[in-house]
Amino acid sequence: MIRIDRLSKQFESNLAVDQLSLEVKVGEVFGFLGPNGAGKTTTLRMLCALIDPSAGRAWVAGHELGREDDQIRRQVGILTESPGLYDRLSAEYNLAFFAQLYEVESVAEQVERYLRLLGLWERRAEAVGTFSKGMRQKLAIARAMLHEPRVLFLDEPTSGLDPEAAHLVREFIGELKEEGRTIFLCTHNLDEADRLCDRIAIFNTRLLALDTPAALRRELYGRSVVFHLRQNAADFVEIVRALPVVHKVEPVDNKLVLQVEDPEANNPALVRALVGAGADIRFVGELRRSLEDVYLRLVGSAHQD
Amino acid sequence: MRKVWLLMRKEWAEVFRNRLVLFTVAFLPLMLTALPLVVLSATRSTGDMSLMSASDMPSGFSEMCGGLTGAECAQYFFVSQFMLLFLIMPLVIPATIASYSIVGEKTTRTLEPLLATPITTLELLAGKGLAAAIPAVGATWGAFLIFAIGAAAMAISPAVLGRLTDPLWLLAIFIVGPLLAVMAVSIAVMISSRVNDPRVAEQLAGLVIMPVMLVFFGQITGLLFINARLIVWIAVGLVVVDAGLLAFATQLFQRESILTRWK
Repeated sequence: MIRIDRLSKQFESNLAVDQLSLEVKVGEVFGFLGPNGAGKTTTLRMLCALIDPSAGRAWVAGHELGREDDQIRRQVGILTESPGLYDRLSAEYNLAFFAQLYEVESVAEQVERYLRLLGLWERRAEAVGTFSKGMRQKLAIARAMLHEPRVLFLDEPTSGLDPEAAHLVREFIGELKEEGRTIFLCTHNLDEADRLCDRIAIFNTRLLALDTPAALRRELYGRSVVFHLRQNAADFVEIVRALPVVHKVEPVDNKLVLQVEDPEANNPALVRALVGAGADIRFVGELRRSLEDVYLRLVGSAHQD
Repeated sequence: MRKVWLLMRKEWAEVFRNRLVLFTVAFLPLMLTALPLVVLSATRSTGDMSLMSASDMPSGFSEMCGGLTGAECAQYFFVSQFMLLFLIMPLVIPATIASYSIVGEKTTRTLEPLLATPITTLELLAGKGLAAAIPAVGATWGAFLIFAIGAAAMAISPAVLGRLTDPLWLLAIFIVGPLLAVMAVSIAVMISSRVNDPRVAEQLAGLVIMPVMLVFFGQITGLLFINARLIVWIAVGLVVVDAGLLAFATQLFQRESILTRWK
């Protein structure tokens, strides 16, 4: 649905995007993560045909950037970082105006549909300036959806929202995913990306990593198993280090953290070895690294480079 | 064309809820219409003026008084000093609306979603430009109509009324006025496209009245007098200037620089 081939953007002396290449599949929720100033919004603006790339090519919804910009604008919906609504106009007017610009056939019906879907129908006649931040964000999402775009670009959709509003927005994104829409999600919220995204790209001017969140964890940290012992874990380090399936051993108080090859197959042998050495095992679990660990490690390495 | 109309309606729905814009569009024409009417009223009494003759007028102006009595010439002279104010309206009103509507889109961050729609730059500029120019031209013409009705009631004679509504002034109001409005819009668009600070854009756009003010003061101080030939030359000059400004403003209005320049 989106294909990017060595896309770059240079602003005078500042290289904002450096030879980005990736593909986003149909119906995928694709997370685009990176620190402030990484070039995420610039990338999103290029893909929405708002600004021109300095080099490289891209195709969005089957249309080539720079050649079929008008078609791209008709096929994509964008939720900008700031809702960008006309405060003095009503919610209904805001949506109807954009629906007409997008040449939606049944404007009134479509406006009503999304106002109801996002719980704003009762306040449709009120000026948007009186709306809470959450309501404004929901209205901006509705605006992005009015023309039923095949691809949706969301830039920080839950930024600055209270937990309840953020939850509602995330639920809505989930529903859009179920409808089979392709979603390109720029976010700082790593937990959100972990929950919503099928794949993520970690980006800081250039692409640092691209895969599913689980695969990135595995790739960077392997799979770690934690044995909670009754005794001090340091007493058993040598026992487990002798086993060939264990790649790394880290004792923390009475916990033994092991990086293990294929834990499902090798855990029974590990348990037997520890019990044989006199360990009392209270609990065994897998250490789940957060996406934040992955992100910080990748972005930190990029900074050092 | 449909999108241009849509944008114009949205602009009007929005900008006329802004008190500053409403004040400019409503109050300025009233004020600038009241001034020549007050002068008309003040010079209505023929008392002292009946003793005046065309030769009492500045030399450049007396030539325009052919066929008028001294009192009629005096009234025409005093009122015509303020007729130029009608040409300030088509400059100030669109400059205010255009600055607000383009800079306003940026400050409220509505420009990015708007530019993301399938609207062309030409449609966008036409919509915003016409939304700014039409109220200005309408207000100018409306104000002149009110003035003409007042003049019919307060002119010393039909001859004075004829002079105040002769082709010279009709050309100024109905041709030069719209051309000035186009100039003001083009300048406001150019300024909005180039400056970093939206407040600066609004203030700079206000400077578009300078040429008319110079002519106004030139006339008051007797340096020049508005006559038909001058108005025709101004109209021709404005056609050329407007064509250049419109082309330049369209070229300057780059989506990318507008989106990325202002933070």
